[in-house]
Amino acid sequence: MPDTDHRLYLLAGAALFVIGFYSLLVQAHLLRRIMALNVMGSGVFLVFIALAAQTPGPIPDPVPHAMVLTGIVVSVCATGLALALADRVLAATGRVELGDDEDAAASSDATPVASDARKEKPAA
Amino acid sequence: MTSAWAIALLILSPLAAAALAFAFPGRGRGLALGTAAVVGAAIVQLTRAVLAGGVQTHRVGGWGAPLGIDLRADGLALLMLMVTAGIGTAISLYAQGYFRSGHDDEAPHRERYFWPLFLFLWTALNALFLSADIFNLYVTLELLGFAAVTLVALAGKRAALTAALRYLFVSLAASLFYLLGVGLVYGQCATVDLASLAAKAQPGPTLWVALALMTGGLIAKAALFPMHFWLPPAHANAPAPVSALLSALVVKGSFYILLRLWFEAFPALMTPGVAQLFGGLGAAAILWGSVQALLQPRLKLLIAYSTVAQLGYLFLLFPLAAAREGGFVAWSGGLIFLGAHACAKTAMFLTAGNILHAAGHDRIKDLDGITHSLPISAFAFGLAGLSLVGLPPSSGFAGKWLLLNSALAQGQWVWVALILIGSLLAAAYVMRVLSHAFTRVAEPTTPNPIPPVMEWTALALALLSVGLGFASHWVAELLRVGAPVLMGGAAP
Repeated sequence: MPDTDHRLYLLAGAALFVIGFYSLLVQAHLLRRIMALNVMGSGVFLVFIALAAQTPGPIPDPVPHAMVLTGIVVSVCATGLALALADRVLAATGRVELGDDEDAAASSDATPVASDARKEKPAA
Repeated sequence: MTSAWAIALLILSPLAAAALAFAFPGRGRGLALGTAAVVGAAIVQLTRAVLAGGVQTHRVGGWGAPLGIDLRADGLALLMLMVTAGIGTAISLYAQGYFRSGHDDEAPHRERYFWPLFLFLWTALNALFLSADIFNLYVTLELLGFAAVTLVALAGKRAALTAALRYLFVSLAASLFYLLGVGLVYGQCATVDLASLAAKAQPGPTLWVALALMTGGLIAKAALFPMHFWLPPAHANAPAPVSALLSALVVKGSFYILLRLWFEAFPALMTPGVAQLFGGLGAAAILWGSVQALLQPRLKLLIAYSTVAQLGYLFLLFPLAAAREGGFVAWSGGLIFLGAHACAKTAMFLTAGNILHAAGHDRIKDLDGITHSLPISAFAFGLAGLSLVGLPPSSGFAGKWLLLNSALAQGQWVWVALILIGSLLAAAYVMRVLSHAFTRVAEPTTPNPIPPVMEWTALALALLSVGLGFASHWVAELLRVGAPVLMGGAAP
């Protein structure tokens, strides 16, 4: 494979990574953020595949391919876990975003939930 | 038992126990304690082998690097395995009492899922410490992250779910930064094996970018200032045994990879500027985390911010150990401090769990007279605080002493001052809790009863954190096996 080809893929991978990361930072909707992570992941995998083409000769290097396969498995699991958690957050808060009001100090004293009987029990 | 078996058992026994704990919900505690016994025996065997015959390597399935996976045990890996086993055993003893003594209707449900997740976490940690290549480290890091995030969500409360999801986003994005770096390293050096990278790595733009990406990701996962923002909510909202695991062990997994990367795989890129940058971030973490800890209204948040601060000390290891003179002193000091912090922090979070269950809250200003109702827990918190502050003869003192010695020998006065200021601040926030706890009250409240094992486990860990100080010489000897070449020659 001519050298210019794999550089194009490298750049495309890097671009996907940056686009995904940017979206992760600026998007609020949980599904969008989960998709942004997947776009980032695809960018990384594309870089790996492009690097596999770097080796001289007609046969690409199999090691990065094996790594990408492992990476895809990890990424599917991660997406599943993130979706399940997002669903639970939606059920608990009624929102599909992470609010800033639930950060460190404010959280547990300010917003008791019905199921949280233990902590809010009076000290007497 | 050969070393190969020991290495295999260290990963397979918690993994098998995790699967069994999922299938047989009532047996979690027994399986965890069984795992602790097997893992303990394997560590004893492996330690003997390492002290007698040097670094032990196992090629999984007989396929070595570059195509197969190598597992490797040296002094550093063994120390981490030991700390993990110690904390793991304590949590195995503690958790059942914790889940059964609270006033939480869903506690049986939480306990059912706690055991498999906890054992998965243990599996991931052991696999991480034994990994010999940077790609396998990525996989184990992800496993660790999944188990940790799910454990945070286990509390089920709104704040815990939100904190868990935020933690997951940070963790996944950070892993992808790390993975991209791994790709670039492989593209440049054609290997991912930690040991062979040192010979093949030639400083250049690609490698710098790769290392910057990997380091950025790992710093976020290790919650080093200024990437610590996700840690306090995640650690403070989780159930107490989970908070202990996260603060004592999980963040250190990423720190461990940073050590392997900079000292073992790419020592050629470890310029004084890089070392000082790590030190600077560590310094900021110490100051910021301590001040925040002083301001927190709740005990668990105070302990969580204290973790942010204490992690800063670990990063002081970079500027001190990278120096050619007295590097090994700082290396062993930093790692002894890591063990001290793990035990002390676990003891503190377990104590906080006891207080939460006995008193029904963990507001620091309402802790007056807690010594009356929970004398053992209060004593455990005090002892753990002693080690955290670094008073002799605790292991926290031993670690800080070695770091100080190294800084003095190298004339790096900034770090000397910082270690001392950090200790004073730690003393201040520990005293803030103790001064309330030891206040006499006219009518002590009657606490809810908690199982004695919860108090004694916390005390045992606090004692361990103090007592390990006496073993610091032995730990330094162990760390010498397979220590990075960067500070190979220096005598402690």
